[in-house]
Amino acid sequence: MDLALFYFLVLGFAIFMYVLLDGFDLGIGILYPWFNQEGERDHLMRSISHVWDGNETWLVFGGVVLFAAFPAAYAGITSTFYLPIMLMLFALIFRGVAFEYRFKSDTSRPYWDFAFSAGSAIAAFCQGMLLGSIVQGVPVGVDSLSSLHWLTPFSILTGFSVMAGYALLAACYLFMKSRGRIQDHAAKLGKRLLLITILAMIIVSLWTVASQVDIRQRWFSGLNFLWLSPLPIITLIVAVLAWRDLNSHATGTVHHEGRPFWYAATLFLLGFAGLVVGLFPYLIPRQLTFMEAASPDSSLLFLLPGICIFVPLICAYTLWGYRVFSGKVEDYQEGY
Amino acid sequence: MDLDVAILSRIQFAFTVSFHIIFPSITIGLATLITIWEGLWLKTHNPYYLQLAKFWIKPFAITFGMGVVSGIVLSYEFGTNFSKFSEITGAVLGPLMAYEVLTAFFMEAGFLGVMLFGWQRVGRKLHFFATLTVMVGTWISAFWIIVANSWMQTPTGYKIIDGKFEVASWMEVIFNPSMPYRLTHMVVASLITATFVVAGISAYYLLKKQHVPFAKKGLSMCMWFALVLTPLQAWIGDMHGLNVREHQPTKLAAMEGIWPAEEENVPLLLFAMPNMESESNDYEIGIPNLGSLILTHSWDGAVQGLKAVPPEDRPNVPLVFWSFRVMVGIGFGMIGIAILALLLRRKGRLYENKAFLSLVTLFTPMGVIAVLAGWYVVEIGRQPWIVYNLVRTSEIVSPLPPERVLFTLTMFVIIYSLLIGVYLYFMRKLIKKGPPSMETLEQQLIGMKAPGYALAWVKSLKTKDHPTIEQGDK
Ligand code: HDD
Ligand code: HEM
Ligand code: HEM
Repeated sequence: MDLALFYFLVLGFAIFMYVLLDGFDLGIGILYPWFNQEGERDHLMRSISHVWDGNETWLVFGGVVLFAAFPAAYAGITSTFYLPIMLMLFALIFRGVAFEYRFKSDTSRPYWDFAFSAGSAIAAFCQGMLLGSIVQGVPVGVDSLSSLHWLTPFSILTGFSVMAGYALLAACYLFMKSRGRIQDHAAKLGKRLLLITILAMIIVSLWTVASQVDIRQRWFSGLNFLWLSPLPIITLIVAVLAWRDLNSHATGTVHHEGRPFWYAATLFLLGFAGLVVGLFPYLIPRQLTFMEAASPDSSLLFLLPGICIFVPLICAYTLWGYRVFSGKVEDYQEGY
Repeated sequence: MDLDVAILSRIQFAFTVSFHIIFPSITIGLATLITIWEGLWLKTHNPYYLQLAKFWIKPFAITFGMGVVSGIVLSYEFGTNFSKFSEITGAVLGPLMAYEVLTAFFMEAGFLGVMLFGWQRVGRKLHFFATLTVMVGTWISAFWIIVANSWMQTPTGYKIIDGKFEVASWMEVIFNPSMPYRLTHMVVASLITATFVVAGISAYYLLKKQHVPFAKKGLSMCMWFALVLTPLQAWIGDMHGLNVREHQPTKLAAMEGIWPAEEENVPLLLFAMPNMESESNDYEIGIPNLGSLILTHSWDGAVQGLKAVPPEDRPNVPLVFWSFRVMVGIGFGMIGIAILALLLRRKGRLYENKAFLSLVTLFTPMGVIAVLAGWYVVEIGRQPWIVYNLVRTSEIVSPLPPERVLFTLTMFVIIYSLLIGVYLYFMRKLIKKGPPSMETLEQQLIGMKAPGYALAWVKSLKTKDHPTIEQGDK
């Protein structure tokens, strides 16, 4: 197989894993304002304090795969989006340290709650903005370093959409990891967020198709739409299934606590697939394809065994880590 | 005012990387110590080892957290602030850093959860395995990032095609001439740093007469470690210096304050104010010929001086010169403490001598200071080159609007100052609280013997609180 294409897929996998995993843990922070009763926030924090570091490592991995395999794209994207990336990093710093300090604090706990919640929300927003500006085809490179192209109504919309999506993942995760009041609350929020997320997906898709000629052609020229129609259709079906599971909780009929999370993850996967369909083979739309940006073969070959051996291994022990702490949060409450 | 984006970006990078290295240099060593204690506890069942492990795991956790958040910034800063650099060296440095993430960061992060929160969820052996894995992860991480840095110091195994680096031989890139020295010196530096942190806190407890048996054990072990590690470090450092003389003579000249293009009877300067304008040292005090002896291992060996290269190819001499003296000074101070400890131990006064204990307490942060000073020698001494003798730092900076970099730099200074304050505050709090009592440990041990125990207990509580909720769950 073509090496550059392989790395393009690896990059896609890394980004998707990041969005899924850090998605639910950033989402917990976004949901924080809706959980303010005694003990609820402890519960939320505990549900992710053993996994957040691993989840965030996928962000580092995405960055270095881009750096290693497509240096020109890494250089262009990170320098052009200097401010949103820096803002995201600042936000991640605040939410990251809140994990350690919150449980050790007596009087400063409200500040850590705020740092965690605002940090998560801002980081998610910045990621959405980055996504939006890349889809829009912001000019990238030395000449546009002083512009503010990335700040547009569209990118602000994608910023909020990503926040909603992450919050949805988090609500479904909480639904799986909690009991009683928190679970009820998570189901209720989950339903609302499901509607918002689907609505956001529709608006963003229509807006993209309306404004981006290339993407419109990709989707609608010839019979393409027929081949691609399963994407939106399955998305809607999955959304309905997720709704039913969350809803059955309120009505007290049989329910599956883990299933909504997997439905939400599938929604993300489908959205991501739709995105890749629109952008392929560009890393930076209409400016840089992955073939042009690829590192020389000597570098790609050197990294190949590393990817093939360690990525499956990482997935295996990450899964093991989740299994050690499987079940409801109360069951593994003790600290260190 | 005219702002120079190159200077701002460099200050920002220097500031953020300096902040970062504080934490790894503690965590690499502390992870190793905790693994040793936990292993000894499994072997001997001596509860003091468990107490040591259980106490130090808390400072470890917060230090680790700080290391993670500050590290993520760095991996993006290469692109944001030095875009040209990442474009031309990406094919070399990118894969190295990708291997770091694959073989180290994921491993650390994956097993950290179990190490910190899993005492009651997994068996003792498996828990030890998790701790061990985290330790190995920190070492592997040090390996890859030092390979990357050493390649920038002494590049080999590359070819330049269309102005970009490509790799001709990965073996030569990885095992570049300065890597083995820098790696061993750095890993030993981390062990020393953690050793002195633990020793310093133990000595503080002894001074305050708190947690005495715990503190005695900690201090005693650390002083044995120091006795081995500090002379070893001086020896490695000496070899490292010889390696610098061979591959980066200008840097060595700056470290030693040698100006003539070639000098034979090099003195060892104890004090001097290198003056870059007059190209000489002011207020020089030195020991004649000792420099030649150390640097060339012969009485009148010749060494290349700063004037051998034009002024624009020289680093900032006073900074390098003084950083080097700070590091070596602290190094010898540590050797002195280790020897003093041995003598006091002989006399049976290791835990009583107030002056000694105060001195050890004073040395708590010295490892970190020496590490920073060491890195300043390496990095500032390399300037004006970013890839030694091939690429100048001034050529690779992203042409961002200076105000934006000024803004982020200001933010970093504010946020990191805040964070370091918070970090120290919580460290103090943990130290004040002291180690867990033996009774608490015993209780936890029961839980560990019967993993189901804690679970059943929590569940019984739950059923009492909300009898109705439980039912849906089964
Ligand atoms: C010799 C040791 C050493 C040095 C010189 C550096 N680091 Fe580091 N770094 C570590 C040793 C380390 C570590 C021990 O592996 C850390 C510290 C605490 C931790 O969580 O892992 C870490 C964490 C850490 C993380 C977070 C990993 C995670 O998500 O778990 C990143 C992204 C970086 N580093 C990146 C860098 C970069 C780009 C550096 C150079 C410019 C750098 N580090 C210098
Ligand atoms: C962690 C310990 C380290 C410290 C304390 C440190 C410190 C510094 C300092 C003070 C500078 C500024 C020199 C100057 O501009 O005069 C610098 C530059 C630089 N260092 Fe390091 N460094 C460390 C490790 C590394 C590593 C491991 C790498 C790469 C893998 C690295 C890459 C760079 C780069 C790219 C620059 C150029 C930017 C600049 O000149 O400011 N550093 N470093
Ligand atoms: C006691 C005698 C010591 C000597 C002769 C010595 C020598 C050196 C030399 C020559 C370098 C520069 C290498 C270069 O420029 O490429 C260096 C760097 C460094 N030193 Fe030391 N050192 C000593 C003690 C220490 C101690 C006690 C510590 C910390 C606890 C330490 C930490 C470092 C670090 C972190 C670096 C930068 C990274 C590296 O090159 O490994 N050194 N040292």
